[in-house]
Parts: sequence; structure tokens; C-alpha cells
Amino acid sequence: MAGGGDTGGAGRIASENTPGTWAPLRGWLLAPSWLVIGVFLLAPVGMMLVYSFLTKEFRGGVIWELSLAAYDQFIFDRGLFGDEPPQLEWTYITIFGRSIAQAAAATVLCFLIGFPTAFFIATRPVHTRSAWLFLVTVPYWVNLLIRTVSMKFLIRDNGPLNEFLLWTGAISEPLALVNTNLAVQLGLFYSYLPFMVLPIYASVERYDFTLSEAAADLYADRWTTLRLVLIPAVIPGIVAGCILVFVPSLGAFLAPDLLGGAKNFMIGSLIEEQFKGNAGNWPFGAAASMILLSMVLVALLYYARQQIRGERAG
Amino acid sequence: MKRERDPRGARAGGSAAGPPAIELRGVVKRYGSVTAIREASLEIGDNEFFTLLGPSGCGKTTLLRMIAGFEDVTEGAIFLYGEEIEGLPPNRRPVNTVFQQYALFPHMTVAENVAFGMQRLKRPAAETEARTRRMLDMVELGGFSERKPHQLSGGQQQRVALARAMAPGPKVLLLDEPLSALDLKLRQAMRVELKQLQEEAGITFVFVTHDQEEALTMSDRITVMSAGGIQQVGTPHEIYEKPRNRFVADFIGETNLLDVTVEEVSGGGRCLCRLANGARLECEAPGAPRQGAAVCISIRPERLSIVMPGGDSLAKPGGGARAPRTVFPDSPAKPGGGDSLTGVIRRIVYLGTDTQYLVGLEGGSGITVRTRNADHAALGLGPGDRAALNVDEGAARLLVD
Repeated sequence: MAGGGDTGGAGRIASENTPGTWAPLRGWLLAPSWLVIGVFLLAPVGMMLVYSFLTKEFRGGVIWELSLAAYDQFIFDRGLFGDEPPQLEWTYITIFGRSIAQAAAATVLCFLIGFPTAFFIATRPVHTRSAWLFLVTVPYWVNLLIRTVSMKFLIRDNGPLNEFLLWTGAISEPLALVNTNLAVQLGLFYSYLPFMVLPIYASVERYDFTLSEAAADLYADRWTTLRLVLIPAVIPGIVAGCILVFVPSLGAFLAPDLLGGAKNFMIGSLIEEQFKGNAGNWPFGAAASMILLSMVLVALLYYARQQIRGERAG
Repeated sequence: MKRERDPRGARAGGSAAGPPAIELRGVVKRYGSVTAIREASLEIGDNEFFTLLGPSGCGKTTLLRMIAGFEDVTEGAIFLYGEEIEGLPPNRRPVNTVFQQYALFPHMTVAENVAFGMQRLKRPAAETEARTRRMLDMVELGGFSERKPHQLSGGQQQRVALARAMAPGPKVLLLDEPLSALDLKLRQAMRVELKQLQEEAGITFVFVTHDQEEALTMSDRITVMSAGGIQQVGTPHEIYEKPRNRFVADFIGETNLLDVTVEEVSGGGRCLCRLANGARLECEAPGAPRQGAAVCISIRPERLSIVMPGGDSLAKPGGGARAPRTVFPDSPAKPGGGDSLTGVIRRIVYLGTDTQYLVGLEGGSGITVRTRNADHAALGLGPGDRAALNVDEGAARLLVD
């Protein structure tokens, strides 16, 4: 969606600067972008929206009959046969709540580790920075599934982490880490850390460190300088990093599936289940996706509005 | 703005009462094997407008940053009103800085920028607010308090930076080429304003610049620096009229540097020197020149004038009271004076207020003469004409190294 907005903006600038003879052609120059966005972004979302209002077929797929059953199932419990008075259904709300909490925690954790990392890299001598950035991205050359399985191997009861802790005598029994919320958190944090580091790095690199000197000159200690001058100056990078970590964490299913087990379900896994094999419920999966998408969109729009308001005030 | 303190001590060096505002004692700065400042000792008086002047890379900004606390001192010590400040971080030193590119906090309003220092010092909110308003009025930006820095022009940003640095009431204000980013007209206007502000506020300004005109117009005293060393400290008049060495003479204003031999050392800091072409010239000689030494003298172009053969000075109508010392090389030296210089005019450059003559002296070297056009409309001279030059009393000055 953001891509569509950007290309639209570029088209407008071009129309102000190029001679009028090209006017009829200019609109078509963007056609490939619109085609890609349309086919691979808008169409699937549209399909999902439509499917969420259809009736489920028992062995997967949909029956083309309009129905609100999927959304109803998400919110209300009407008993096993659907004939009891509706009660609020907590199962899915709990899963959503857990997902939001996990994603928020992953975002905070990524920020706490990612910000100092980005700051460290941005303050290295220019010619060594790309080497540091390369190191940050190296793990991402390996498939996410493999990395998540490796993580499980590392933290399992008789894995290297527990072996090491037992050997040092820090613990007397292996820590039961696998199939806990903590394990899921660890997986999310590990998966999305670079998405926090890279945008913050880009912001800090552009930061004018004379501003920090000016703050120190005006009697600010290091902590105050960080809080009142550095962080506000790099806030766009921080926000970008938070969005890039929070949004995919919210919909993640590999880490919760492999590290969290059945008790620590997240939205991603719930949706994945609905489309797997014959047991699924396509309209319900689509409805859950739409609810997730709406939540993310509302959060992003709120942020965008704040930004615009901030710029107007400034 | 009210006076923060009574100005104590004498201007130059603060020798009368109380310690100097800033004292550098044998300060050395090295970065690895590179020496940025070699042994600088200075005393800056209370309430003084003190300028560090020099070409880029001479160490003047390093010196300022050491006073502010952004750079540590390799050797030596810095004292602020008698207290050693080495080891104190910048936020614990009662000095404030106006940065070259202003370094205004971009996300804060003008008022927030100005109040920043006072808020860190935990001044009462009402006092901070009142003083912020007063500082903004002082720099004539009263109506801009809610703007963000990027909404202001360069000159306005510069004034915000000044108000921000002066708001906490520092004992010493450090200014790092604050006018260099402004255009010429604004720069000239700001010079007057800055000087006025410093006098009204009654605080010490340490001003760094590479612009000699800026230094000459504003400063009480100037330190000329080059290659990490202090070349000369003095009032603008002293620096311009009595340059100590070749670097200072050449860097400040325009000058003619001539190689001479000391022929006769007379008393009262004077000596008679012989030019390459044999002409003799009486020079001011600080220190004790050795007879027969090969030295260099400086003569400012405006202290030279062109004289027609016949002794009538055309270039200096005011010089009537002083008899023009115009004698041709073959004529005997006047008592206590020297010979006059003669040569051929090579080029004439009209400069509006002045006219500049490039004269080729007999014996090869060239010399520049500058005369004011208001004093005489036209000499009627052209390239190729012979001319005799009159050197003002005390204008020729012997330089060390």
C-alpha cells in the first residue's frame, strides 16, 4: 500500500517537470508497478475479504453463499451445535491478546538490543561500517525454518545451553524452555532483530553529533542528551524499526509452532491451521486474517496521522 | 540583559584585580603523533572580546574546543577564573558555545532551544520563561518563539544560537566561526551587533575566526595562530601596524615583504637597512637586530605614496605638514632617514575607493602602492612611467623569522 502511494507521488513530480508532449504516455509508465501491486497485493487481500464472508466447505474450500458465520465464530460461542444463546468466545480473543503481547515484547526487546547495536555501528569509522552491517545480516542468509529449528535444538532440555549451564553449576536441573512463551519470544526476537537495527542505523548515521555536543555544552548529562536530543532526532528510524518488527511478529507462525507448542498459539498459527489439510475452515481463517489486517492498519493510520499533525504543528 | 557580574580586572590579561577569565598554561594537544597545538599560553581578561585568528587547520578551533571541554588537554592546564577546569566534562563547565553550524535542536521550538540550558540547571520555570523571552527580544526574535529552527533564515538561526548560548548566563561565551555561514551583508551587520551585545552583557567572548576583517573590527585583542602555534597576541592596532613576524604581516591585510640587509643599528629600536637594489631605508626594529643580518621587512601598501620628481607628493595631501622624504638613490641619505625608492609603474588597478599601483623597483622586485582616490582624482600616470615612492614615517618594519 505504501508502495502505491510512493509511486503516485513520483508520478506527480514528473508531470510538473516534463514537457507536455509526453503527457499521454506518462500514465502508462507506471502500469507495470500498478499491475504487480494489483495482482500480488490488492487481489489476494480482496479475495480474502470475500472469502471471509462465505460459507465453509467441510473438507476445505468455500461454498459461494454469503454468511457472517466466520466472524460470528470468532466472537461468539453458541455451543457445540450452534443452538445455545450466544456467549462471548474468549479462545480467539486470548490468542489475539497473546499475539499482541508477544509482538510488543519482541519489539521492546529488539529495541533495547537493536538501538545500542545500531548506535555502535553508526559511530564506527566509515570504512568499517559496512562490515559490521554485513555481520548483522549474515544469519539471514539461512532459511528462517532452519534457524528456528536450530534455536529449538539450542534450548531443548539436553541442548547446548542447558548442558553449559549445568556444567557451570548455575542450575541443577535443565531449564524447561521449549514450549514456553519465553521460547517463542526468543524466536521472535532473533528472527526480527535486523529489522530494528537497520532503520535505526540509517537514522543515527545521519545524526549530527554536534547536537550532542550542544546539549552537553548546555549542561545536559549523557542520559538527558540521549533522551531529549538523540532519540527525538532519530525517532523516524525507531518507528520504522518498531513497525518492521511488530507487524511480522504479530503474524508469525514458525516460532510459535516450533518453539511454543500447542499451548502458546499465536494468530499466525491459528490462521495457518485453517488452511492446512482437510480440517481447515477457510472463511474463518480469512476472517481472522482480516481482523489482524484491520488492527495493523488502524495502528499504522493512527501513527501516520500523528506524524502529519506533528509536521503541521512544527 | 542584566550584567551577570561586575567586570573585574583589567582588560589585557586581568593583571589589576582577580584572576583572568581564562588562562591557558603551556597547553599542548596531540592526536597520536600529530601535534595540533604546540605549547599555548594565554591570558584572556574578564569582559574581553578575545579573538583566535588563523587560517584553517591552525588549531584555533581545537583550542576553543579544549576550553569548552570537548577535547582533553594532552599537556598543560586551563583555568577559568583561577580554577582549573581540566577533567570537568562540558556539561559541568560554566561556559557556553555558539557552534559554527548553530547545532540548534531541530525537533524543538526556538523557545525550547533557548530554555534548554536553564532547564538543565534546574532554574525555576517562571524565571526560565521570562529570561527566554528576554533573550529572544534581545536578538529581535520575540515573535518567533514557537517556530522550529528549519523555518528560520540563516541569520535568524544564528541569533537563536546566540540567545541559547547566552541564556544560562555563562561566565565566558565561546564562538566558533559563528558568522561564516552568513552572506556578506548579514555578516557585516552581525559584527556590529555581536560587539554591542558583548559590551552590554559584560561577559567574556572568545571568538574563533579565519576572517581577519571580522577579527580587526570586533576584538579587544587578537591572537594570531598558525600551524598550532601562537604567532602574536595584541590589539587589532598592534597586530596590523606592528606585526611581529612574517606570518602575521602576510596574513593580516596586504603587505609588501622585502628582503633586506641590516646595515646600521641605531638606537631607539630603529635600524638602517639596505635593499637588494642598494637603496637604504630606515626601519622600525623590535628586538635587537644584528648588523649585517639578512632579514625581511614589511611595508603596508597604504603607507607608501607616489611622488613626482620634484618632490610634490601627489598621493598624500595631508602629508604637507610632514616633509616628503623623497630622495633619489644617488642622492645622499637624509639625516636619520633613508633613501627613497624609485621604479617603473607596471600595472594600475582601480579599486573604487583606492587605486593600486604595482611598481617594479630598480633591481627587480615589485612593490604595491595603494592610494586613496578621494585624495587626488588622477595622477595621470600610466604603465611604464617612472615613479619615486615615499615611505611613511615608521611604516617599514623589520620582522623576526
